[in-house]
Amino acid sequence: MEKFLELLFAGLALGARYSLVALGFVVIFRATGVINFAQGGFVALGAYVAYTAINTWDWPFPLAVLVAMLLLALVGALIEASILRWLIGRPVLTLIMVTIGILIMIQQINLQIWGPQLLPLGDPWQLSTVEILGVPVRVTNVWAMGLTAIAVAVLFAYFRYTRMGVAMRATALDQEAALAQGISVRRVFAASWAIAGALAGLAGVMIAADANGVSPTIELVALAAFPAIILGGLESPGGAVIGGLVIGVAQQLTAGYQPDFLPVGLSSVVPYLVMVVVLLVRPYGLFGEPEVERV
Amino acid sequence: MIGRRRNRSLAVHEGDLLRLFPSSWHKTLLVALVVVFVATPLQLDDTWLEVLARCGVAAIGAIGLNLLTGYTGQASLGQAAFLGVGTYTAAWFGVQQDLPFLVWLPLCAVAGGLAGAVIGPFALRLRGNYLAIVTLGVLYVAQYVFVNWDSLTGGPSGTRTAAPVKIFGLDFDNLQIGAESFTRRQGLVWLIWAIVFVVALLAKNIVRTRPGRAMQAVRDRDVAADVIGVSLGRYKVSAFVLASALAAVAGGLYGVVNRQVSPDAFGGAPGLLLSIQYVAMIIVGGLGTIGGSIVGALVVSGLPQVITRISSSTDLPLVKGDAGGSPGIVDVFVLNQFLFGFLIVAFLLFEPRGLAGVWLRIRTYFKGWPFSY
Repeated sequence: MEKFLELLFAGLALGARYSLVALGFVVIFRATGVINFAQGGFVALGAYVAYTAINTWDWPFPLAVLVAMLLLALVGALIEASILRWLIGRPVLTLIMVTIGILIMIQQINLQIWGPQLLPLGDPWQLSTVEILGVPVRVTNVWAMGLTAIAVAVLFAYFRYTRMGVAMRATALDQEAALAQGISVRRVFAASWAIAGALAGLAGVMIAADANGVSPTIELVALAAFPAIILGGLESPGGAVIGGLVIGVAQQLTAGYQPDFLPVGLSSVVPYLVMVVVLLVRPYGLFGEPEVERV
Repeated sequence: MIGRRRNRSLAVHEGDLLRLFPSSWHKTLLVALVVVFVATPLQLDDTWLEVLARCGVAAIGAIGLNLLTGYTGQASLGQAAFLGVGTYTAAWFGVQQDLPFLVWLPLCAVAGGLAGAVIGPFALRLRGNYLAIVTLGVLYVAQYVFVNWDSLTGGPSGTRTAAPVKIFGLDFDNLQIGAESFTRRQGLVWLIWAIVFVVALLAKNIVRTRPGRAMQAVRDRDVAADVIGVSLGRYKVSAFVLASALAAVAGGLYGVVNRQVSPDAFGGAPGLLLSIQYVAMIIVGGLGTIGGSIVGALVVSGLPQVITRISSSTDLPLVKGDAGGSPGIVDVFVLNQFLFGFLIVAFLLFEPRGLAGVWLRIRTYFKGWPFSY
């Protein structure tokens, strides 16, 4: 039971990080119909900016996180305005490949500035643990869950109560109708990319805190978040959070209870297996919108 | 059909699109290509021949992917996994069982086709983004299988994949014609590019006949294609089978060129990068063109090599570790990767039809000259 609880907490914490990344994907997809493969690059860039702010500029940790989020929001909006805006209405593969191209460029910029080695982030939590329900839980994991909950709450409140949030929902529902109502779809697009960038910045810091440092492999965590968004449905922010948590828990439980007759490493495949099973039953994810075909 | 003008006319004749050689120019071009094919290995040194052999391997895989993505409209990021299937089929039948070339190469295609047939049905239920991400999942499953199947793949340390390349009396590993003997790389370039030619011919014949038109109908609007009687199940699945079979053939030859292959090359993140390279080839070359796939393969897998070679002999500004004395800031590898990403974005932004589109524009300009259209 103790082992189960420990794995469950680890899974929820991992899932919270996936959820942050997944939310970034969903915010962009809902508004613009683009799956942003560069999100992993954003995540790594966010972690690196926080690293520089903490270690080179000697800023306090919370400020460094905020700066990472703000800068990434700016990067997101810039990429939207300079590249993605010209590709509205292009085929799916084009959009995927453009964001992959951007990902490759961001990777190389990261590599050029910060190099390939593992850099210690310098977060205040380090390896300390607290005891919850009789099992030790890492403090960074508690923070990861808490901050994700706050980010999700803020985001949902934003969609619900602010003018821009409502405009974003309207655009997601029907672009032309939103335009006709006087909503600036351009600004909605830019704002979506900015929000996704900020989420990626936060996710990057949390992932780096978990991995004890920043290295280029952080980008790969974003790849593991793909099953989460597909699981939840590409259009649903709530689905992204639930998908992230499910994938995180599933991954940790497989790693902990992997049967002996199967070779090691199953936990990296499990997210995709869960995803494929769900897709075969519901091809648009658990909370996605069924696609209506019109001829 | 009386008095039909072929070359100088701007009008497109329906019949021309269906012909293998729409004009006598194409036949002349073919003859020129054959001359280049025969002469090139005699002229270049071994390092460039190695690059050329790799480009040829890439061209085979890219033609397959173009049939799937360019002609049938199904996005796939799983091409690397099928390359792996081919490489290990070749390693098993060619190296471990020591079967001849004419047996293991077709077996690669069969194994790849079967693997593709497993993925194909997903395309019937999913499309666009969802399909692309499922094919991403294929890479992770492939990584798990390849890394753990020690007896086949040699585990983390890799295995020998240099399957025999002997066709009847001709051993391309150590080619001897009459009194002349040629190096392994010369032989491989001839062999691989001959296969590229055969595959290109096969692909061209598929796309200009009935199945090809059905595939393009599926690409343009699958519901509409279904309504006019194109069996979506049949053509989507066969496109996947065809693409993975060709990827597997490319994979088998990749093993031959590489001699030794490590299993993480085909799955997970490295596999994604490999798959991305293939998608980049068909984008740079031109989606929905066979010739474009080959040109794209030459550019995408050749350009990094060209830059590396140039930087090892001349002084490039800002580049670190090149031959000149000036201190640089950018590593050649980083530069290559960055250019790769930039190339993808630039082509999609400015010339989505790829180099084939550039060629078309130039040709139209000269055909229409002195009028602008």
